[in-house]
Amino acid sequence: MALRHFGAAAAVAIAVGMTTSPAMAVTEIQWWHAMTGANNDVIVKLATDFNASQTDYKVIPTYKGNYPDTMNAGIAAFRAGNAPHIMQVFEVGTATMMAATGAVKPVYKLMADAGEKFDPKIYLPAITGYYSTSKGEMLSFPFNSSSTVMWVNLDELKKANVEIPKTWPETFEAAKKLKAAGHDTCGFSGSWVTWVNLEQLSAWHNVPLASKANGLDGFDTVLEFNGPLQVKHLETLVELQKTKTYDYAGRTNTGEGRFTSGECPIYLTSSAFFGNVKAQAKFNFTAVPMPYYPDAKGAPQNSIIGGASLWVMGGKSAEEYKGVAKFLTFLSDTDRQVYIHKASGYLPITKAAYAKAKEEGFYKDQPYLETPLLELTNKEPTENSRGLRLGNMVQLRDVWSEEIEQALAGKKTAKQALDAAVERGNTMLRQFEKTAVK
Amino acid sequence: MQKQAIFQSKLLPYALVAPQLAIVLIFFYWPALQAVIQSFLLQDAFGLSSTFVWFENYIELFKDAAYFEAIVRTFFFSFAIAVSSLSFALLLAVMADKPLRGSMLYRTLLIWPYAVAPPVVGVLWIFMLHPSLGVLSRYLRNMGIDWNPLLNGDQAAALIILAAAWKQISYNFLFFLAGLQAIPKSVFEAAAIDGARPMRRFWTVTFPLLSPTIFFLLVVNIVYAFFDTFGIIDTMTRGGPGTSTVTLVYKVYSDGLLGGNLGSSAAQSVILMVMVIVLTGIQFRFVERKVTY
Repeated sequence: MALRHFGAAAAVAIAVGMTTSPAMAVTEIQWWHAMTGANNDVIVKLATDFNASQTDYKVIPTYKGNYPDTMNAGIAAFRAGNAPHIMQVFEVGTATMMAATGAVKPVYKLMADAGEKFDPKIYLPAITGYYSTSKGEMLSFPFNSSSTVMWVNLDELKKANVEIPKTWPETFEAAKKLKAAGHDTCGFSGSWVTWVNLEQLSAWHNVPLASKANGLDGFDTVLEFNGPLQVKHLETLVELQKTKTYDYAGRTNTGEGRFTSGECPIYLTSSAFFGNVKAQAKFNFTAVPMPYYPDAKGAPQNSIIGGASLWVMGGKSAEEYKGVAKFLTFLSDTDRQVYIHKASGYLPITKAAYAKAKEEGFYKDQPYLETPLLELTNKEPTENSRGLRLGNMVQLRDVWSEEIEQALAGKKTAKQALDAAVERGNTMLRQFEKTAVK
Repeated sequence: MQKQAIFQSKLLPYALVAPQLAIVLIFFYWPALQAVIQSFLLQDAFGLSSTFVWFENYIELFKDAAYFEAIVRTFFFSFAIAVSSLSFALLLAVMADKPLRGSMLYRTLLIWPYAVAPPVVGVLWIFMLHPSLGVLSRYLRNMGIDWNPLLNGDQAAALIILAAAWKQISYNFLFFLAGLQAIPKSVFEAAAIDGARPMRRFWTVTFPLLSPTIFFLLVVNIVYAFFDTFGIIDTMTRGGPGTSTVTLVYKVYSDGLLGGNLGSSAAQSVILMVMVIVLTGIQFRFVERKVTY
């Protein structure tokens, strides 16, 4: 009996094998990503559409956990000799990826080798700059980008008779009034404490976070964010923390519920917070550009991006690279970029897609969706606002957060905390420089 | 004579233990050896370039004040977690050991928390003690305590100890209950007849007779606090605020996976491995020999 079943099963297996074997001619392209929920649906749809559009290649998306998990899975797979073709890596992993010469295939090279038409000028420089060399060669393909914006609870501001603040001093005043009007646990707050209060703050005011164009021009970069602007900003936050006019909401984005619940009426975080705000906020809201210090010369400059890009891994065949190149061209299509923008809330990466979304009146009802684009394109990016490229950035952020927390808890002064953050960070950068492939 | 009759082939016994040996070698010794090798290397995350640096990773580690702080912190956490969860579990076990109506039900309910995974424990306690959303935080604030583990390091440490100890209570309870039931009733009766009050009976009879269990659990709890609290720390505080909840295991993870410094991370795991070998050695030596009635 059992044997007969086995025989039948084997026959079926052979039959299946025979029918699927012609499909083996299709070159498979593995795409590892970190998107969940609605954004995962977008990824699946993009892969399905691409697979339906031609017969030579098949893109297979696989969810690998959150950003650090996906990156570690990719690194482990590379060490074991079976890396995926395309890997979604968050922006802070950029330096680690680009240092891995041989492990990755730069996008500009991929496109040239595959003979695929590729014009880097069609992309928004504020976005691609983050992922390009100082010569403008694109290393990875921007996929989902966002920027820091200030989310505002319009109902609560109206109740407290407060105008939407534009500058930092106005924001502090607004928070004080909101606190007096009943928000006694939180006048304003924000997520990603280092991204908002060090990285974006520096770019937005055109001061360096680190030397060598924030690390874009070399791994021998040195941190420089203990300057007067950043110290003054942190000093003010420390002062306001004492009365909970500003209330620290953690290192990552776990505190974002404090905005949607109505507790914190002003909240600085990623523009990608939009999906949650739309689903959960029971009040009128908007998102405006980050505040700036009016006494800082030339502020506001332009903001930098957050999010992730697609890295092409090294050591694959020319045929496979051809498929990857075709897929990247497919993603750059104007209509497709408009679709990604509308479906996920992440930013379009080509100039044409931005123009088309504008033309279609997409921002008329939801002007806050254009806010991050206006910030990113506010001015021509400078050395200080093109992007960041610091090794071991995930842990760097943790170390900076540790020091900021010490300051907010009153254990160190703002200056001491930032000095220590710079010093500890530099030690880690030197460690990274030692291991980086020359 | 008999043994030879069973194993006629000399190879058969080896063949029979081979699967077990293979598992031990592949899943324990091989990774451990990898860690030792890695700890002598300076390597980038992708393994593209590596340099043999002898003991540099260890030397760097011992030059780092943060590492010693983490060692002290880990021992303090382990001690606090072990003592609080052991004493509470013992109290519960002594109470559940009494002939009560429905004692089976209490016992079963008390064992449940052990089935909860550490990260889930973390999330549960976050919900209860989150500074702005937590149910318990509201009571604390009404009592006049400025509860904010996001910025107050002592409170964050207390939170980790509380959550980690809570999870381990069930396990300890189970062993204590079994230990208590193994003590012959006649000993208590004799003590009672001699006029010893319940408290005195507990300290002079129950406690010494439970000492092997207590010692065994102490070692198990310390090992638990060393390693299994990672999930709780990662979900609750991620080592913060400042570095006030960075333990040795969390540092291994943070330096290796977040910081990409595999050499240092490997050196730290080797040191941890040595610590556990010592702990286990102590356990075998003392549980087997010294702790007797």
